[in-house]
Amino acid sequence: MDFNTVIQVLDSTIRLSTPLLLACLAGLFSERSGIVDIGLEGKMLIAAFFSAAVAFMTGSVWLGLLAGVVSSMALSAIHGLASITFRGNQIISGVALNFLASGLTVLIAQTWFSQGGRTPSLVGGARFSELTLPFADSLRPVPVLGPIYADLISGHSILVYVAFLLVPLTWWVMFRTRFGLRLRAVGEAPEAVDTAGVSVVGLRFASIAIAGVLCGLAGAYLATGLQAGFVREMTAGRGYIALAALIFAKWRPWYALGACLLFGFLQAVALRFQNIDLGAFVVPVQVMDALPYILTVVILAGFVGKAIPPRAGGEPYVKER
Amino acid sequence: MTDTPAIELKGISKAFGPVQANKDIAIRVMPGTIHGIIGENGAGKSTLMSILYGYYKADKGDIFINGKKTAIPDSQAAISAGIGMVFQHFKLVQNFSVLENVILGVEDGALLQTSLAKARGVLKHLAEEYELQVDPDALIEDLSVGHQQRVEILKALYREAEILILDEPTGVLTPAEADHLFRILEGLKREGKTIILITHKLREIMEITDTVSVMRRGEMTATVKTSETSPEQLAELMVGRKVLLRVDKTPAKHGKPVLEVENLRHVDEAGVERLKGISFTVRAGEILGLAGVSGNGQTHLLHVLGGYADATGTVRVNGQDIDLTGNYSDGKSRRARGIAHVPEDRHHEALILPFAAWENLIFGYHNDAAYQSGPLMNNAAIKEEAAQKMMRFDVRPPNANLAARNFSGGNQQKLVLAREIERNPEILLVGQPTRGVDIGAIEFIHQQIVALRDKGKAILLVSVELDEILSLSDRIAVMFDGEIMGERLPSETNQTELGLLMAGVTEMPDKDKPLIEVVNEQLEAKKRREEAAKKNG
Repeated sequence: MDFNTVIQVLDSTIRLSTPLLLACLAGLFSERSGIVDIGLEGKMLIAAFFSAAVAFMTGSVWLGLLAGVVSSMALSAIHGLASITFRGNQIISGVALNFLASGLTVLIAQTWFSQGGRTPSLVGGARFSELTLPFADSLRPVPVLGPIYADLISGHSILVYVAFLLVPLTWWVMFRTRFGLRLRAVGEAPEAVDTAGVSVVGLRFASIAIAGVLCGLAGAYLATGLQAGFVREMTAGRGYIALAALIFAKWRPWYALGACLLFGFLQAVALRFQNIDLGAFVVPVQVMDALPYILTVVILAGFVGKAIPPRAGGEPYVKER
Repeated sequence: MTDTPAIELKGISKAFGPVQANKDIAIRVMPGTIHGIIGENGAGKSTLMSILYGYYKADKGDIFINGKKTAIPDSQAAISAGIGMVFQHFKLVQNFSVLENVILGVEDGALLQTSLAKARGVLKHLAEEYELQVDPDALIEDLSVGHQQRVEILKALYREAEILILDEPTGVLTPAEADHLFRILEGLKREGKTIILITHKLREIMEITDTVSVMRRGEMTATVKTSETSPEQLAELMVGRKVLLRVDKTPAKHGKPVLEVENLRHVDEAGVERLKGISFTVRAGEILGLAGVSGNGQTHLLHVLGGYADATGTVRVNGQDIDLTGNYSDGKSRRARGIAHVPEDRHHEALILPFAAWENLIFGYHNDAAYQSGPLMNNAAIKEEAAQKMMRFDVRPPNANLAARNFSGGNQQKLVLAREIERNPEILLVGQPTRGVDIGAIEFIHQQIVALRDKGKAILLVSVELDEILSLSDRIAVMFDGEIMGERLPSETNQTELGLLMAGVTEMPDKDKPLIEVVNEQLEAKKRREEAAKKNG
């Protein structure tokens, strides 16, 4: 395998990790506040559709992004209404959102564009263009570091950089700010937050609103950055992989980065090499696709330390009697 | 002292569905006093205080703070009004540090740094002023229950509470910790703070309060000066009838040894030796009381004898060895040998809380032929029997279809006792029989245990309540650090001697040396041994 191939695989690792990372951070905000969010998939999907649709109709990727974020937040709001306000089951609410998004996107796409549940291909300003970082071209001839900078680090759309910058930002918000302290507290012991005179409901809605924004970014990136338009079920289980990465990361931002890069790398390898010939036998592509899930099962079985979820996760807050 | 009460409640009512938890309550608490609120479990004490703290909203009624009518719709309002509350079940974030818990909700600004630094300083100051030492950087989950409680008090003081409500604060504390808490409360009172102490323990009321209000079934029945009342009078006000505070029993007529334990050793899952060669005998017709601060091996002893932990050594029932190796040691084979067990942890080891009373009343004995009807359970017969047991044991409400969790602590315990005692066992192991149980029920439970003794059965009573041990036992053994420090007759010992044995002190110390120092030395030595054992293990 030559150096160029390595660079290419790593480059596509970064691209493929980005939606995972955004969704994973969305899940982190939500679950750290005690709201299990199985609906990451649905939120990404609906954001992917509306961002592509609006970007196509207006020709502006930014308006598309806005539409994606708004639609994702709308699903978050439904999730919040069902599981926070009405104290419903968070898993069921999340699964319902996934079904809703899955059906709604195809239905509207067919009604609006009549292209078999997809949007027309996006071109020009309706897509996120790739940013070239300063000096990328002039540094390219430098051995090793040149290609790494010019081809690996440079040349991604803005959302990629946003996603990676969100990791330190999330860490900082979670562990260095008042909001983060309260948010972590509400996921561990909502009664402590309540008796401290802070609104449990308010905090949880704030956190799922953030999750909505992040899922919106993830979906918009899928449809207007990674690819040029929406196709049905284009999230392809990324929301679930993001959840797996979140568990793998033990609900911590930096670990989430590592987990998402790993899962992104596995996807990139699967994409690049299809069937991997190891000489003795051939690893079929399906194995690579399944690897993130297999890894998660192995991790959950307790081989790599213990993953302790936020204590109040999944349970609606009811004052004890 | 002024005449304006620090707190005045007028006409407070609160209902949870059909249950009227508080009925038209009025109370006045004078500033700078310790005001006790006493009542049985479910009398509405905690509800009333939760209303004052804004955790619940009253259906009607008014709250006056320092003479001013104040609306307390939520905890934020209560905190602003200078009210702090230490709940019975602590409201702490387990994996947060002490500092983080203290500042939660009252951070200065959006960033934590300054708040944490400020809190560190304030905590240091409070620690010195009120004997509230606690490591500010420790995680809550690593702290003992006593220290967690200090964090709750610190939280209230950090919010500059002038009025501090404590809900059953000593329920989870060792006697030494409870004494320390009372010293802290005295200190707070000297600083002019107003303290409301909710408890069902008469001794605490008599010891520390200035005024006491009695609640019964959601109503305030009386408010009296502590100095002008007596435990007997308070008990009567609480329960609504005369209560026997002392256990009424005749001297034991003991027979042959029934339960013989020799050189019993047990190592727990973490590799720590919890029982270090224990030997004792319980004879027919006597109650052996096993005293000790919780966590000194009593729980493990009950687990071994009850059949859910392995051990080495010898245990004989009526002269015959029982298996300790795990092959035939389980609850079922123990019951077959006539050992009944009322576990310490009622909610986890004795009852299945969501299950109905009639189901709970047969657990462990559910394979009995009497309960079967072909391949099915004979539910009609089981329910019929359950109803009778509940009547004999005065379980209230006498509704066998009610889930176990819907009974009060005392009535849950009566369910467990009914299940075990009605099987007429040779040996009854009973752990903390009255933990979280109200006075009226305590009297009844003690009577049942004594009645079983009088039928010639052997009873091993494990309790952290010295009063209970002293009044119920025919002989007393004291456990410390996995060993039995000595046996005494109740008539020939006292609280002080037992208290010292409970701290591992077997010889009476010099008169000059304060007892607390002797006890602390022993406890520290024990801690060092445990740490050393952990390192080696």
